[in-house]
Amino acid sequence: MSKVRVLVGTRKGAFILTSDGKRQKWDVNGPHFAGWEIYHLKGSPLDPDRLYASQSSGWFGQLIQRSSDGGKTWEPVGNKFVYDGVPGTHQWYDGTPHPWEFKRVWHLEPSLTEAETVYAGVEDAAMFRSTDAGQTWEELSGLRKHGSGPHWTPGAGGMGLHTILIDPGNPRRMFIAISAAGVFRTEDAGKTWQPINQGLRSEHIPDPTAEVGHCVHRIAMHPSRPNVLFMQKHWDVMRSDNAGDSWREVSGNLPTDFGFPIDVHAHEPETIYVVPIKSDSEHFPIAGKLQVYRSRTGGNEWEALTKGLPQSNCYVNVLRDAMAVDSLDSCGVYFGTTGGQVYASADAGDSWAPIVHDLPAVMSVEVQTLP
Amino acid sequence: MIVVELPQHLRTLARVGAAVRIEVEGEVTQRSVLDALEARYPMLRGTIRDHVTQERRPFLRFFACQEDLSHELPDMPLPRAVADGKEPFLIIGAIAGG
Repeated sequence: MSKVRVLVGTRKGAFILTSDGKRQKWDVNGPHFAGWEIYHLKGSPLDPDRLYASQSSGWFGQLIQRSSDGGKTWEPVGNKFVYDGVPGTHQWYDGTPHPWEFKRVWHLEPSLTEAETVYAGVEDAAMFRSTDAGQTWEELSGLRKHGSGPHWTPGAGGMGLHTILIDPGNPRRMFIAISAAGVFRTEDAGKTWQPINQGLRSEHIPDPTAEVGHCVHRIAMHPSRPNVLFMQKHWDVMRSDNAGDSWREVSGNLPTDFGFPIDVHAHEPETIYVVPIKSDSEHFPIAGKLQVYRSRTGGNEWEALTKGLPQSNCYVNVLRDAMAVDSLDSCGVYFGTTGGQVYASADAGDSWAPIVHDLPAVMSVEVQTLP
Repeated sequence: MIVVELPQHLRTLARVGAAVRIEVEGEVTQRSVLDALEARYPMLRGTIRDHVTQERRPFLRFFACQEDLSHELPDMPLPRAVADGKEPFLIIGAIAGG
């Protein structure tokens, strides 16, 4: 019978939750790296027991940990992230130039095709690649140097490169997203990049339709349709049907189109999930009711999913990397909250139950479906 | 042998106890001690000093013989008692945050 392994990064360590295919009884293992911020963990699709974790601390900086046994044991690997050449400046909150400074790794994305290759999205925004399983890192500096870099600005949480999507049919094509710069695409494995933000409209920036400067919170794709992208922007849920060349809004009947995560059903490319959050100044669900919204039409028409979720006095947030799906039938959907709950649905969102409810604030959730 | 005491998280990372003993060649300075420490425990690279600038990370302090040495130049000799292994070189995490 298949198994599921949920990798949870929190403010104070990493946790690994495992279950069989029924997804009803769970084993909880952790904390790993107790006391450290774990922005993200992810497993290699080529070797599911090869895991990577981003471990960081305000005192001791950045570490990368690697496991070769599914998270039972870990070893620290390379943590030297040095920008290529003279880093230059980006735009600070007040509009003045500010030097590029490495702070932490937000997201790790193992290659779909090369077992020893893994990508890292970092703050201040840049993309790094390791071809030796995390021992050494080099910046793919064509992104930061493509021209608009000096105009990128940090979002409230920093200027992080938080999403990396690899086209399964063409691994040389990748999409990344930066808060608050926008979405960028490469067709040559990261050598050159172009911004793909046409159609985005952000009223809080000087030019609402600027080529860069949009606070994109998360993008998602279904592996069978890499030209179709979904986006949770600061405000607005968006969709592209041409690999990001243009975007259109699909917020439809959502009660609020502010939020952080967005994800796609494993078997239904038009079924997507978001977690509406009241506003950018009130980072919690409307009226204290935690609701996932699902669209089975690729956006515009949304239904609230509430069964098993708290419908009163709930004031948690769900961060951008804290939602994932498994590939079982039926599709499992998972998300973690800043209140330390990890919720799972084994029926594509129809009903939910907490796997754990008292972890530190959850920063990321990834899921592995294992044979 | 120089005695270096590490904060708890770095002990866990390096899989050592509170104090480690390391051999330092040449003059005993902050730089030579940290170079020797990182050579013996490579996983500590970047956690005490910046990889590139080699500057002390802002929330760490260096103490020895009841003195704060954090702002001493890295090539200044450390106190004789440290060089003789009678007193530890302390790496301490600042009490900050929550």
